[in-house]
Amino acid sequence: MVVAHIGGDEMSRRTKVVEHSVFFDAPGPKTKRLIFFANIVGSGIIAAILLVVVLKLQEMGQLTWSMWSVTVQPRSWLYYFLPGLGATLLAALVSIVGAFIFGLIFGVARLANNRPIRWLASIVVEFCRAVPVLLMMIFMWTLFGGAGWSNPSFWAVVVALILYNGSVCAELVRSGVLNLPTGQHEAAAAIGLTRGQALANILVPQALLSMLPALIAQLVVALKDSALGSAIAYSELLRQATLLGTPYRTLQTIFVASLIFIAINYGLGKMGEWLASKMKGRGLQLDETMSEEIPMNVSALGKREMLEDPDAEGPYDESERLRQEMTGVRRHL
Amino acid sequence: MNLFSRYIEFIADYNIFHAFWVNITLTLFSGALALVLGTIAVVMRISPIASLRGASTFYVNVFRDIPLTVVMVVMFSVVWVQLQVSFSSDMSRDFYILAIIGLGMYHSSFIAESLRSGINTVPLGQAEAARSIGLTFMQSARIVILPQAFRGSIAPIGNTIIALIKNTTVASVAAVANETSGVMAAALEFGPQFNFLIFFTFALGYVIIVIPVGLLTTWLSRTLAVMR
Repeated sequence: MVVAHIGGDEMSRRTKVVEHSVFFDAPGPKTKRLIFFANIVGSGIIAAILLVVVLKLQEMGQLTWSMWSVTVQPRSWLYYFLPGLGATLLAALVSIVGAFIFGLIFGVARLANNRPIRWLASIVVEFCRAVPVLLMMIFMWTLFGGAGWSNPSFWAVVVALILYNGSVCAELVRSGVLNLPTGQHEAAAAIGLTRGQALANILVPQALLSMLPALIAQLVVALKDSALGSAIAYSELLRQATLLGTPYRTLQTIFVASLIFIAINYGLGKMGEWLASKMKGRGLQLDETMSEEIPMNVSALGKREMLEDPDAEGPYDESERLRQEMTGVRRHL
Repeated sequence: MNLFSRYIEFIADYNIFHAFWVNITLTLFSGALALVLGTIAVVMRISPIASLRGASTFYVNVFRDIPLTVVMVVMFSVVWVQLQVSFSSDMSRDFYILAIIGLGMYHSSFIAESLRSGINTVPLGQAEAARSIGLTFMQSARIVILPQAFRGSIAPIGNTIIALIKNTTVASVAAVANETSGVMAAALEFGPQFNFLIFFTFALGYVIIVIPVGLLTTWLSRTLAVMR
């Protein structure tokens, strides 16, 4: 990535980050002209596609004021969008806190000395990561509803999100500890700490710090997945927007809900990236020599383990995305 | 043991294998679509043409930050009900196709990011070396950069595919019938006494599908990793 300054100003007001691809050299005058014309053609094609969509919507009468007024009425916001957004944020926040605690417990349990504990934690974590969140939500919903809980939808959303995101957090804790330099574990052992003491006082606190950006990425995942609650009658933003727009104004109401979702998630994503770049100076997990260049290393548990990307060894997690962006930034700066 | 035999009798009424088959075909079709769209998006993203780059960035950011459930609800409530987009006279066929389009578009943004992160693993020196020995753009892309980039993006693409397998359950939101989440919900409704058994049956199905795929992609990404 190359930071190009537009205008000659030293403290340039606008700095534009150019995606400097490995494919292209800096263009010469001829190529610049070619790019210029390609740019015009490209803009034309994109504008044409947008125009076709807009005209089609116009033709179908979707762009009239009577269709859109519902999105700006105070009533819509007071009774639909804002309570929905509140429910979405509440579910996401409660579940990310729960997921953090779950992750801490199971992440440490997977590092424990005791084999049954380690295996049990591994089974739980791998199970929760492999099962679709929607299946967990539907199951919890019928379970809590059958048990007569007062708010089964909310608890089903929260518990399902805690199980999934918590198991991802457990992996983050584990990989955070495994990615620490072995000297940390050795020093702890040398001053006579037991493994439990070393984990509690030395290893996990350091891992938690490096987890912070990934935890924010996980908050985005929880926020997005909380929309699954609409399938089990949890009155979150998507469900409220759909109810408000049903049957013939859903385009308009869901458009507004989508903007809210995208704005929040984009903002959180940027915050995570910013945090990751801030923490770069702190070394720890983000130090290139520790986690990436050395493929094999003696782990904190004293056994040999692959240290490259521990998250890749199990099913999917979306914090992977942030991790990749972090590595991307690291390589080029 | 009696509970189990009664459960077997109960669950035999639900075509679990067919339900999983629906999810698997959804995965295959939408995965193919996601790969095509994601590749187009990443080609636009790395091109030197600013307008294409901007459009691709916008597309990827939108589909990365929007919940999949929203996309699927849009496919049903907006595209099918409100805009009356239809591909055939068969309703369930429409829902199936729309679900594939929604899943494909959503996951294409993650495929694009995976490919881009793979390209980012190629050090700039590789491209510079390729150019300095006189390789043309196509030659350096084909011989030097793309092979390394693809090998670097196997792990994230594998993660995206695994997410896609699990996310096909959200197709029920787009009115796709007979897939696992819908069948499980029906089974839970009619056999609440077997709730744990029903859930673990379906969950086990996903564990059996997802874990081997995870192991395979991890193995592939390690075997094919470019040693630097």
